[in-house]
Amino acid sequence: MTAELIHRLHFAFTITFHYLFPQLTMGLALLIVVLKTVALKTGSEQWDRAARFWGRIFGINFVFGVVTGIPMEFEFGTNWAQFARVSGGVIGQPLAMEGVFSFFLESAFLGLFLYGEKRLSKWMHWFSALMVFVGSWISGFFIIVTDAWMQHPVAYEQVNGHYEVLSFWQLLMNPWGLLQYMHNMTGAVVTGAFVMAAVGAFYLLEGRLDNYGRIFLKVGVIAGLVASIAIIFPTGDLHGKYVAHHQPAAMAGMEAVFKSESGAGLVLMGQPNEETGLIDNPIVLNNVLSFLIYGTTMAEVRGLDTIPHDQWPTALPLLFYAYHIMAGLGTWFALLMIGSAFLLWRGRLYGARWALWALLLSFPLPYIANTAGWMTAELGRQPWLIYGLMRTSQGFSHTVSASNGLFTLIGFMGLYALLGLLFTVLMYREISHGPEPKLAEVKAVQVGGAS
Amino acid sequence: MMGFIWFWLVAVMIVGYVVLDGFDLGVGVLHLFLVRDEAERQATLRAIGPVWDGNEVWLLAGGGTLYFAFPLLYASAFSGFYLPLMIVLWLLILRGVSLELRNHIDMGVWRALLDGLFGIASALLAIFYGAALANVLRGVPLRADGYFFLPLWTNWKPGQSPGILDWYTVIGGLVALVSLTLHGALWLVIKVSGDLAERARRLVRPLWFALLGLTIVSLITTIGVRPESLDNYYRYPFTFVVPAGVIASLIGVWVWNRNHEPVKAFLASCFYLFFMLAGACWGLYPTLLPATSNSGLDITLERAISGPHTLAIGLVWWSFGMALAVGYVVFVYSRFKGKADVSEGGH
Repeated sequence: MTAELIHRLHFAFTITFHYLFPQLTMGLALLIVVLKTVALKTGSEQWDRAARFWGRIFGINFVFGVVTGIPMEFEFGTNWAQFARVSGGVIGQPLAMEGVFSFFLESAFLGLFLYGEKRLSKWMHWFSALMVFVGSWISGFFIIVTDAWMQHPVAYEQVNGHYEVLSFWQLLMNPWGLLQYMHNMTGAVVTGAFVMAAVGAFYLLEGRLDNYGRIFLKVGVIAGLVASIAIIFPTGDLHGKYVAHHQPAAMAGMEAVFKSESGAGLVLMGQPNEETGLIDNPIVLNNVLSFLIYGTTMAEVRGLDTIPHDQWPTALPLLFYAYHIMAGLGTWFALLMIGSAFLLWRGRLYGARWALWALLLSFPLPYIANTAGWMTAELGRQPWLIYGLMRTSQGFSHTVSASNGLFTLIGFMGLYALLGLLFTVLMYREISHGPEPKLAEVKAVQVGGAS
Repeated sequence: MMGFIWFWLVAVMIVGYVVLDGFDLGVGVLHLFLVRDEAERQATLRAIGPVWDGNEVWLLAGGGTLYFAFPLLYASAFSGFYLPLMIVLWLLILRGVSLELRNHIDMGVWRALLDGLFGIASALLAIFYGAALANVLRGVPLRADGYFFLPLWTNWKPGQSPGILDWYTVIGGLVALVSLTLHGALWLVIKVSGDLAERARRLVRPLWFALLGLTIVSLITTIGVRPESLDNYYRYPFTFVVPAGVIASLIGVWVWNRNHEPVKAFLASCFYLFFMLAGACWGLYPTLLPATSNSGLDITLERAISGPHTLAIGLVWWSFGMALAVGYVVFVYSRFKGKADVSEGGH
């Protein structure tokens, strides 16, 4: 195994595991604000308890997100030193801004939200929830700005072999970043909404905690409906068109368009074969791809044949699969949520066991879709580390051997396996307890609180 | 000028991190042997529960600031200190998880395990931080391209090709361990009450003697390992106020702790950490990472710094953002001021 591959796997593994947590916390942060707002308006203790319950889930996910997030900032230096040296003057900026503008805000108000309910007024507690939401979404923004610059470098100049910012606002307002941010945050809301709806469905199917189950379903399905539609249109649509325009190689790889053609078909399923330049076992919708990208069925879609072979995405089949998994699941999300929202509107959702089952079983899918979406973005960028400027093979730390990299990669895998197990146990416990105050908690308050 | 400003801004972030996360690391070390029962342990954890995560943010914000202000230093040091940094990351993960999750499962074995993990991870982190700083002060075998790679240990001597750990950096680790444990004890005196607070207060005494000895040893050995550390002091003699500040704040810790003025004693400890770190930075300036082989290969401020436009932009948002951040920190600490209230529910 080459050092380059090890360092790529190192980053890919740690970031993929990390992003399982922020996608939920960013989505939930918004939904908790909704719960707290209803509680504040109606004075309902039940909605307050619902908010507290999701606050606990948020808290656990936040801890896992923080501890798995710290390595990410370090890995730019440890595993990608050449890249860090060249790009620090540009993307060091949004990364530092994330710490300064988001993490302080988020951690301060999360402490207040989780620990301070009795020390704060109702209004101030609501405000803490709002600030946690703002902080986590600012955090997402700066990370997207960082990634967007690697995808679509703007507002830079080259000085002595490294890059410097030319315009701060252009860096932050990178159109790629804005589109990706909308798409990504909608994806986080999809995860949050699906998880909330699944827990609600679980309670109703179990036949306990019904009143909370109904709250979770209502909020989850409404938020899920809006987000599942918005993730396709407009955010996914706009983002896809932008990719097709600025990274034709990525788009050709995502759709495995080996040959340019007008009236290109949309391949729903199949196995791209790099040897033959064909897709095996294809299921195709004629002319649809041309229409999706250019708005007309006869437009010509650029194929890989127009792109020099050394600039093809390096993991072409994986890119194709990642993209198709994301898009396929996205279609399912919209169908499921439209159906569920219809039942909710007709007042039949709470009794429709098959719909509840579908909602319950669908909760892992947004995690898969979000991960596949990020794989699409990052694999599509290959072989570039900074699109058009620096190849991935030039960016990793030359002083860190493959062996040292593998050593720490295995270390992370072991540690994260443990964390994953722990996380599952804790989630199981929280969800099986539910939002009612726990007996143990009442007892713990008598002997000395619970952190 | 920009170089001077950003050097000290990064230093401020490091000091902020050490002073703030330092006390919760110290509490982590202490709670292993200081607390006697579950109620005391809850009180101890409660004393850091709402703030430790915010304290750790200083590390992230500092790392980010280092990344964009001195990309060469960030790239060189992080890849060169690869193995110890990865160990630090693992310790940070274990520590955060064990602190936050111990109360989620009401089971003696579970809690004992996570308490032990929390304490050991805290102690090892303190040692690694001290050793890291000592590595920077001692220098590393930099190559002409500005990179290096250090093994964890070689022959335990700070020579031409040292390891991360040698006798000098181990002293650095011990200084950090003792000073942060002391710092944590003083925090506990403020935040908990009764017998536990009194035991923490009494523990300060032996820790203080150990720290006094280690401080003196570390100053002498630093001068021995890198005599150039004194150059700036001789050039600007008024800066000897920094080592004087180290001594004065140590005295302050002793006196105020004895007189039952825990807040003042804790602040004195903050100043001790501040003067120690500021003194080390001033000993280095304008070098960021000295080379052991040939001082011509040093990573200097001039070599590592980002372009003037980047830094000018950075100064604007950084000042604004950190002013906000300090505001949040003050607000949170004021909300949780006084003895930790163990009767409040948490998550």
